[in-house]
Amino acid sequence: MIVLIFKVLLIIILFVISLGVAAYATYGERKVAAFMQDRIGPDRAGPFGILQPIADGVKLFVKEEIIPNVSDKLLFILGPCIFMITALMTSAVIPWGTPMVYEGTVLKLQVADINIGILYVFGVVSLGVYGIMIGGWASNNKFALLGAVRASSQMISYELAMGMSLIAVIMMNGSLSLTDIVDQQKGLNWNIWYQPLGFIIFLICAFAECNRTPFDLPECETELVGGYHTEYSSMKLGLYLFAEYINMFISGAVISCLYFGGYNFPGLEYLSSVLNPNLVAVISFGALFTKALFFVFFFMWIRWTIPRFRYDQLMKLGWQILLPLSIVNVLLTGAGLTIFSK
Amino acid sequence: MQRLQIKKDMMQLTNRSKVVSNKEMSFKEKLYIPAILSGMGVTFKHMFKKSVSLRYPEVTREFSPVYRGMHVLKRDEQGRENCTACGLCAVACPAEAITMDAAERNKGEENLYREEKYAAKYEINMLRCIFCGLCEEACPKDAIYLTDRIVPTEYKRNNFIYGKDVLVEKIDERIDITKRKKEYTID
Ligand code: SF4
Ligand code: SF4
Repeated sequence: MIVLIFKVLLIIILFVISLGVAAYATYGERKVAAFMQDRIGPDRAGPFGILQPIADGVKLFVKEEIIPNVSDKLLFILGPCIFMITALMTSAVIPWGTPMVYEGTVLKLQVADINIGILYVFGVVSLGVYGIMIGGWASNNKFALLGAVRASSQMISYELAMGMSLIAVIMMNGSLSLTDIVDQQKGLNWNIWYQPLGFIIFLICAFAECNRTPFDLPECETELVGGYHTEYSSMKLGLYLFAEYINMFISGAVISCLYFGGYNFPGLEYLSSVLNPNLVAVISFGALFTKALFFVFFFMWIRWTIPRFRYDQLMKLGWQILLPLSIVNVLLTGAGLTIFSK
Repeated sequence: MQRLQIKKDMMQLTNRSKVVSNKEMSFKEKLYIPAILSGMGVTFKHMFKKSVSLRYPEVTREFSPVYRGMHVLKRDEQGRENCTACGLCAVACPAEAITMDAAERNKGEENLYREEKYAAKYEINMLRCIFCGLCEEACPKDAIYLTDRIVPTEYKRNNFIYGKDVLVEKIDERIDITKRKKEYTID
């Protein structure tokens, strides 16, 4: 019973945190963009513009809602819902911190500790394509359709290299469960030191999966108006935009779990021997949260640094460079494992 | 040969032009990542640079002395209108933006108008005006000046025809035009 209540609570907290992070990531993005371009950024709503996301949310809610008559109404509404749900669902298997203890019951800070955690992340992220594809298709607009086609082919192409780079991690840690993978990266014994190439491949693919610059072709304004969400307005558009930021946050958390030790940080062991486990859980959650937020910042940093790829360059990079590289990485990892495990 | 060289030099007005080359990229360049990292360094440095933005309605940027904005019809120290409706500004105006009606000053109006003839109506069509400042240069009476005020936007075209009510400066709110005074106009 305690476990059930705890899990429900955890789900609600994660839901709120994801939405909050997404809302403030929009604010952060504008601030980061402004600072990188020697500007000030939003500063009117509240001190330092801190209420800007709320103002944006209210604006999106009260805007006129337009559903084109030529669109497929059901699918048109379904599109953003699927995108949002898949974005939120990914966080279910991430181990957010060390276990908590309540009246002798050990409570894992993880909604579902399934032994194929990584595959789950993969599956759910791929489902996100449906949100985009259905939205673009149902809009009955050529730009939306083109954007959706681009998005789906791009995500499918980059999933291959991403999966390949993951295989190397799985080979090293010998488990598909995210809990195990994180557990094995105690202290500073992070996977990044053993898998630098794999990390770079994974990171690049994560950019493509999140449709972020330099791979934001599905919504590139210069060619496709708004891409797959051209016809969307009001909060449906808001869902698409928010989901993108949730995706960024979650992929930041996944990257931290896979390559940067998740909630581990040097000194965690010492802390857990002297402090109350619940406090340690909160601190370790803070560590993972910081790492994830750093990646959110990193995504923004890249966005305001490099321009967009051309579509053929994108495909070439995915199929001709990243995929072979990731296969080489798998081979190298295998060779390394056989040599060093003897 | 030498002439060609000179011609080439003359063509180059700035030293910012770059020769475009289609050379093959070296392996290091093809990796992209060093280039991306250095680009990220540049953007990161800019995060700590001073912002060039001004918080506009509260802080305004100072205009240069040669800025030519909305006109003002000046009064002299005693508050009398300088303009004598000579029409030279209207003649000088390349956009034909100025129209006026002259009237004779009556007895008892000496404290209103400096000269014996004055402009009963004086209108500038701000949509026609190109803010060239020729009216200011033409004026023999030191009466019209272009200031650093901005002509505000309007919804109706008619509202852009500014009459004396807008153009003539208020007695208690003098508009400073010392920046625009040229040596030969200071008397
Ligand atoms: S500034 Fe030039 S265009 Fe405008 S009213 Fe004066 S003379 Fe005419
Ligand atoms: S503003 Fe000057 S030039 Fe124009 S009518 Fe008046 S006195 Fe003459």
